[in-house]
Amino acid sequence: MDVLYFAWVRERIGLPRETVETQAETVADLVAELIAREERYAAAFADLSALRVAVDQELVGFDASLAGAREVAFFPPMTGG
Amino acid sequence: MDIRVQQEPFDLGCEAAGFAEKTSASGAVVTFTGIVRNTPEGTLEYMDIEHYPGMTEAALGQIATDALTKWSLEDAMIIHRYGKIRVGEMIMMVATAARHRKDAFEAAEFLMDFLKSRAPFWKKEVSRDGAGWVAAREEDEDALTRWQQ
Repeated sequence: MDVLYFAWVRERIGLPRETVETQAETVADLVAELIAREERYAAAFADLSALRVAVDQELVGFDASLAGAREVAFFPPMTGG
Repeated sequence: MDIRVQQEPFDLGCEAAGFAEKTSASGAVVTFTGIVRNTPEGTLEYMDIEHYPGMTEAALGQIATDALTKWSLEDAMIIHRYGKIRVGEMIMMVATAARHRKDAFEAAEFLMDFLKSRAPFWKKEVSRDGAGWVAAREEDEDALTRWQQ
């Protein structure tokens, strides 16, 4: 599964995307796996209320299923316009 | 419907005129343009805008399609830039065309409200004193609720 990071999440983790081998069933499970990896992930995911997530380019909640998902992206609230 | 996500500047006059010329049944065209504003201290150098290629185009397309469904519009256009944009330069524009102005004005406002917090762009302000990500504003999120009735 491809995992993408944008804006300060990308800066805090230190890379824009990576391929992750995971059996995580939901976004929240994936987040827990990432946090357990290294301190920089724990720092980026410390406050989930400050983050948004998209699965296959659709905005979803952290309880969303990852069944069949190819791409998950984490980012702060968007500031377009 | 015309959706463009680009690094290059755009010519507001040409875009607005071209959009208006393409219409055949509209009596009203509304355009809105966003410009990089300086900080009160005047220290901002440029804005660095990041986006999510693929999702950005899809999200803008969906927002424009929603506007075309909700109002009686003949056409809608969104241009949004990314990358380094200096103070005073244009970041983005929307245009709407309708038979009457009320639909065109409302739809343009709807496009802007959704662009602000549902299109995957992130702005970083780079000033003489340093750089920082622009925080999302609660008012922008609140602005969406009035369209959900």
